[in-house]
Amino acid sequence: MIQFEAFTLANGLRVWVHEDKSTPMAVLNVLYDVGAKDENPEKTGFAHLFEHLMFGGSKNIPVYDEPLQNAGGENNAFTTNDLTNYYCQLPAENIETAFWLESDRMLSLAFSKKRLEVQRKVVCEEFKEHYINKPYGDVWHTLRTLAYKQHPYRWMTIGASLKHVEDATLEDVKAFFFKHYTPCNAIVVVAGNIDTEQIKALAEKWFGPIPAGEKYIRNLPKEPEQTAKRFQEVKANVPLDALYKCWHISSRMDQRYYTADLISDILSGGGSSRLFQSLVKEKQLFSNIDCYHLGSTDAGLLTIEGKLVKGTGMKEAEAAVMEEINKLLQEGVTESELEKVKNKTESAMAFEDMSVMNRAASIAMYALLGDADLINTELSKYQAVTVEQIREETKRIFREENCSTLHYLSNQP
Amino acid sequence: MNKLNRKETPAIKDPIHYSFQLKPYTHYLLANGIPVYSIHAGSQEVLQIELVYSAGNCFEKKKGLAAATNFLLKNGTSTLNAFQLNEAFEYYGAYCNRSCYNETAMITLHTLSKHVVKMLPLLKVMLSDSLFLPEELEIYKQNSKQRLKVNKQKADFVATRLIDSYIYGSEHPYGVYTEPEDLDAITVEDCRQFYNDHYLKGHCKIFVCGNLPDNMSLMLNEVFGKLQNVISPLALPDMQATPAQEKKYRIENDPKAVQGAIRIASPFPNRHHPDFQKVIVLNTLFGGFFGSRLMSNIREIKGYTYGIYSYLQNHLQQSAWVISTEAGKKVCEATINEVYLEMKALRENTIEEEELLLVRNYMLGNILGELDGPFHLMAKWKNILLNNLDENYFYDSVETIKTVTATELQTLAVKYMQPELFYELVVY
Repeated sequence: MIQFEAFTLANGLRVWVHEDKSTPMAVLNVLYDVGAKDENPEKTGFAHLFEHLMFGGSKNIPVYDEPLQNAGGENNAFTTNDLTNYYCQLPAENIETAFWLESDRMLSLAFSKKRLEVQRKVVCEEFKEHYINKPYGDVWHTLRTLAYKQHPYRWMTIGASLKHVEDATLEDVKAFFFKHYTPCNAIVVVAGNIDTEQIKALAEKWFGPIPAGEKYIRNLPKEPEQTAKRFQEVKANVPLDALYKCWHISSRMDQRYYTADLISDILSGGGSSRLFQSLVKEKQLFSNIDCYHLGSTDAGLLTIEGKLVKGTGMKEAEAAVMEEINKLLQEGVTESELEKVKNKTESAMAFEDMSVMNRAASIAMYALLGDADLINTELSKYQAVTVEQIREETKRIFREENCSTLHYLSNQP
Repeated sequence: MNKLNRKETPAIKDPIHYSFQLKPYTHYLLANGIPVYSIHAGSQEVLQIELVYSAGNCFEKKKGLAAATNFLLKNGTSTLNAFQLNEAFEYYGAYCNRSCYNETAMITLHTLSKHVVKMLPLLKVMLSDSLFLPEELEIYKQNSKQRLKVNKQKADFVATRLIDSYIYGSEHPYGVYTEPEDLDAITVEDCRQFYNDHYLKGHCKIFVCGNLPDNMSLMLNEVFGKLQNVISPLALPDMQATPAQEKKYRIENDPKAVQGAIRIASPFPNRHHPDFQKVIVLNTLFGGFFGSRLMSNIREIKGYTYGIYSYLQNHLQQSAWVISTEAGKKVCEATINEVYLEMKALRENTIEEEELLLVRNYMLGNILGELDGPFHLMAKWKNILLNNLDENYFYDSVETIKTVTATELQTLAVKYMQPELFYELVVY
């Protein structure tokens, strides 16, 4: 059981405190309720570019990293389609340094033109490193565009194109900051060897005086239900043919999410999973095959991806995948198979909760979803899933008209 | 209440004033002499068991054999086939991973503490009764060759392989790499022989940590105490490096590349060398963390790259000092030039106290984090023990971080940061 206490400052900033006296460290985690899905379709990649700018100095502090490193701390951040999360870990007795740094950049950034110029370049190199200069690097760009027609999940966090990142202006930066980086759009979690009362005082001292800002009301286009199967073929400079199939699943807070998550574990994720055993080991049509989803807040995608053994025809490979899906649809799963993936979930959660940094991030994510106590109760939601629910959910997910297929073919000899 | 002064840094306790304690492990021997290193701690009901064998690639007679043997440990015994073995671990949510290094190869188990009693017999059959079936080896070869094909299209993968082969020579265990034809040449007989020599009759050390049941030592003894492992570690083969003559390489891997993978590297002695710990400090300042000179200049001022790092390789016999980055194709040469300019600056100018204090504090704060929790603590100990060092190495390293002087670091820069000592490679 992970204990924590929550309070809200007058400006709307929500704070969670989790004490753990067994560690010498402390973590300050600041989550902003803004992700790539909140971007203008003509200016994508902005939430992530902005994350880079957050390290370029704030109103009263010329550089962010140095004072933190001097206090023995380390930090990083990440942006997803749903959120932007910043965290620093440092020796617990220096926790006030983290409050000072994080509160000043929530108050106001420095908005340096030079910083923007350099970070545009850095992000362009990041774009190239991960999405252009790597075989299969642009797959998710294609898949998102294929599977989403309205919802902003149709572009990647890094951006729909390099051009959008290159064109970002300082005016865009300022507008984005004052719209999203406000106390009422943020969640703070402090964890580690700290006292709740001390944290309350520090939160009041450093974050309390920041103007509340306006609550950002999210109004995203809903993805209409897919009514016909979609297909795309791409020829690319890769050594092996690859198959991708995506199906729409429910949103993160729907009970059906847990069922879909367990279905993905039944299909793949271990040497005894169905797809691996049948398609890699027995039939040897794929050299690897995975089934996963990204855990997105709004309705997500269940994806199967695999690379074909050289010489295998795409038609044969795809038919074999569908044979496994049909087997699942017709025969369902056994109690023991369901028990296995529940046990796996229990174990994965226990290992994830080992580090105080992970616990802080998890509390922040769950708080964003609306219930921080999910860190303690979510396992029971998995455990409640029945064989019957799996059967219903597979029928709902694996419909032909709910599917988008990508054949990513090698143009190499 | 006083008005809040946001320009003023809150008071900190400098990590250089912290005292550090490396919490000890418990050590015991199983009936057959296998040593066990154990740390019982942690709030989660989980544990980790690592079995470390003298079974790294330095012992192999054919390229890729050590890794293949290690991988196939989980692919079938006389009582459980690969599927059943996987199923037996996965049913209880446990993870059993294999990994192969230069001197050692490992089996690692992560499990909820309550299931450990069911997991140990599975490890035992893998380590005493593996079959190495031809069909399993064939699948392994086929899938490894496919993965290799994809990886060889990645500039950073190619660069990492090549730079090691330049520094150590392509026949040295640290510089060798596997090609598809090497995989083709491996036979089940090779695997069985290697298994016999390096697992069944090989040298083994066990590291256990986490929330351990009271009877852990009894259980380990019951399961592993009767195996025929040898007591003394296997003698390492002669590992003489044969560095390449040519120092500068530019290689085109993909004509359409938009970035180049850069590696700049120089041979360096191992952890037992008196300069090693001081150079760790110099390296951190140079390129070892986000606030380093390389990162500040080449990413944060020039914007040539998403990230640039330098590090000392964690090898037992011999190390290398490596600078590694991926940079835009047009700015690769400029990036290399900046790396040498940063070396020059460290040779010619004494580091300011303020910058050095920051590096000391950062490193010590980091060590504090690295001692947090049983898994981290064991990782620290394991590195010390496998390098044939003891806790003094840890305390010396803390002392070095606290006290090494700017003058000493400059002397080391003059000694080691000479461009002509470095191999230089760009893979486009």
